[in-house]
Amino acid sequence: MNIVVCVKHVPDATADRKFESDNTVDREGVDGLLSELDEYAVEQALQLREKRSDEEISVTALTVGPAKAADAVRKALQMGADKGVHVSDDAIAGSDYLGTSLVLAKAIEKIGSEQKVDLVVFGMASTDASGGVVPAMVAERLGLPQVTLASVIESQGDQVRIKRDGDTATEVIGATLPIVLSVTDQSGEARYPSFKGIMAAKKKPVESYSLSDLGVEASEVGAEAAYSAVEEATARPPRTAGEIVTDEDGSGATALAEFLASKKFI
Amino acid sequence: MSEVLVLIDHVDGAVRKPTNELLTIARRLGEPSAVFIGPADQAAGAVETVKKYGAEKVYVVDDAEIKGYLVAPKAEVLAQLVEKTSPAAVLIVSGGEGKEIGARLAVKTSSGLITDAVDVTAEGVTTQSVFAGNYSVTSKVTKGTPIIAIKPNSASPEETAGAGTVEEFAATISDAAKTAQIVAAQPRQSTGRPDLTEAAIVVSGGRGTGGDFAPVEKLADALGAAVGASRAAVDSGWMPHTFQVGQTGKTVSPQLYVANGISGAIQHRAGMQTSKTIVAVNKDEEAPIFELVDFGVVGDLHAVLPALADAVEARKN
Ligand SMILES: Cc1cc2nc3c(=O)[nH]c(=O)nc-3n(C[C@H](O)[C@H](O)[C@H](O)COP(=O)(O)OP(=O)(O)OC[C@H]3O[C@@H](n4cnc5c(N)ncnc54)[C@H](O)[C@@H]3O)c2cc1C
Ligand SMILES: Nc1ncnc2c1ncn2[C@@H]1O[C@H](COP(=O)(O)O)[C@@H](O)[C@H]1O
Repeated sequence: MNIVVCVKHVPDATADRKFESDNTVDREGVDGLLSELDEYAVEQALQLREKRSDEEISVTALTVGPAKAADAVRKALQMGADKGVHVSDDAIAGSDYLGTSLVLAKAIEKIGSEQKVDLVVFGMASTDASGGVVPAMVAERLGLPQVTLASVIESQGDQVRIKRDGDTATEVIGATLPIVLSVTDQSGEARYPSFKGIMAAKKKPVESYSLSDLGVEASEVGAEAAYSAVEEATARPPRTAGEIVTDEDGSGATALAEFLASKKFI
Repeated sequence: MSEVLVLIDHVDGAVRKPTNELLTIARRLGEPSAVFIGPADQAAGAVETVKKYGAEKVYVVDDAEIKGYLVAPKAEVLAQLVEKTSPAAVLIVSGGEGKEIGARLAVKTSSGLITDAVDVTAEGVTTQSVFAGNYSVTSKVTKGTPIIAIKPNSASPEETAGAGTVEEFAATISDAAKTAQIVAAQPRQSTGRPDLTEAAIVVSGGRGTGGDFAPVEKLADALGAAVGASRAAVDSGWMPHTFQVGQTGKTVSPQLYVANGISGAIQHRAGMQTSKTIVAVNKDEEAPIFELVDFGVVGDLHAVLPALADAVEARKN
């Protein structure tokens, strides 16, 4: 079985994330890392490989992004993925969801031309764009069934069942491989790379693709080809400091009730 | 005037409130046409509601053949309606399902997609709140039909009578769209409280509750509020995941958010920072949540909340 995990390199959420003057996300001034939510995707791919140990299963970590994005693939390899693919091309800069999903889909097709891809695993959302739409777009482009936002994943043969918290119900969803899967942070904590894993990762193969390797024209991606444009990105003015009181023998509740009444909440 | 397609979000024909907000926003852009995908015999009730909020047309699509097949068939229905009506925009509720329908529709119709919008102008300029609310971004779809997923509570629904002319629409659904399927579903048990994403007031509890949510629930009930939780409270098994507020839970944008025993981590803020008024009770005066609040009480929630709930009840009488 051939599993591809899509991992994104993102600016650290706990750092001071910014926009550049051209309204693109500042990916230089802030430390980047493998999106924490994509670690869960890598974890589930690795668990599947471990659970189905009687099969030959290979896990490929795939990223689309600038040179630094290779770090995201490296981390996935340290966790235990078998190989990496890094799609990098200056023309990709500034791509929107449609551009990114096109490149991912073409890269998955290329990986699949050597050995059929049975399962593509995604995180539930990237921690920077947080759209949660790339998995559905890739599924649409590849014509694959889409099973998203899974908190529990079970598989047997070519059948996959997942559980998820839908908008209005808890659902069990079934599908037959090949599929696109996305997993939530409820699916189980991701492992830390072991020392052995870190050493082993150095020897694992990472292939680099450019757009021409994928048969994608430069004019199909990037800021120019984007289907939407950011007009303005403004830092929100810090909230004006509110009033803070210290509770003493019930004074806190009284003051808070006064405040809520002044705002007409009660 | 061009039509604006609004996908109705409903449970068994009962229209959920965000749909009415979408209809209100749709009127800025053109003539609202609501799209009902569901059992034909449940359409009548939905039509009544959307008519009240200004739907001039309602396309009714019977889902007998596609029920349970998740988002792919719905995206096909909308793509065919886009083809038929050349709308000024397609508006969808920005939740898990809505965003995925929008994603597939964007690919099918070669159109731009904007998710998590909190406002849309008559010119189609959208506002989004990003990086956990630290930035406000305006964008516009530049190609194809603007597909805009709008968060609940982005507008107050305004009633205005629309013609509500019903048009049955027979969509053609491919076999490829009928693959992944819901094999079992357990509808969420009603708590009797407002829905978290739709509520005007949310009262949340975190690790500081120590697992006892009774004071949080008592205050919520006094205020007629929904109950929320931090991930720490969910991971401890004190509350179900569907109550989680934050990056990987629900994003809420109520009139009032009351955070109790919650430190205010960036991932929690991402889900509540756009609340209009923020109040917190926390025993640590250094807790980052206090940077956000309009009013804060440094104190033990187990003492403050019950007294506050009593004070709220007393003022009601
Ligand atoms: C990828 C990722 C996604 C995440 N997604 C989310 C998310 O969606 N939502 C979310 O909430 N978190 C999320 N988190 C977790 C987040 O980083 C924090 O760990 C979490 O929000 C902490 O919850 P808390 O504030 O309840 O707990 P703590 O940070 O432990 O804070 C507890 C607070 O309670 C106060 N307290 C203790 N006792 C009392 C008392 N008796 N009375 C009053 N106050 C008291 C303490 O002073 C403290 O400030 C995510 C993390 C990651 C890495
Ligand atoms: N540039 C990228 N490279 C690889 N995977 C990506 C990229 N962008 C998004 N993804 C995947 O798509 C998921 C959802 O992303 P998003 O729709 O941006 O929230 C992420 O969790 C990743 O698994």
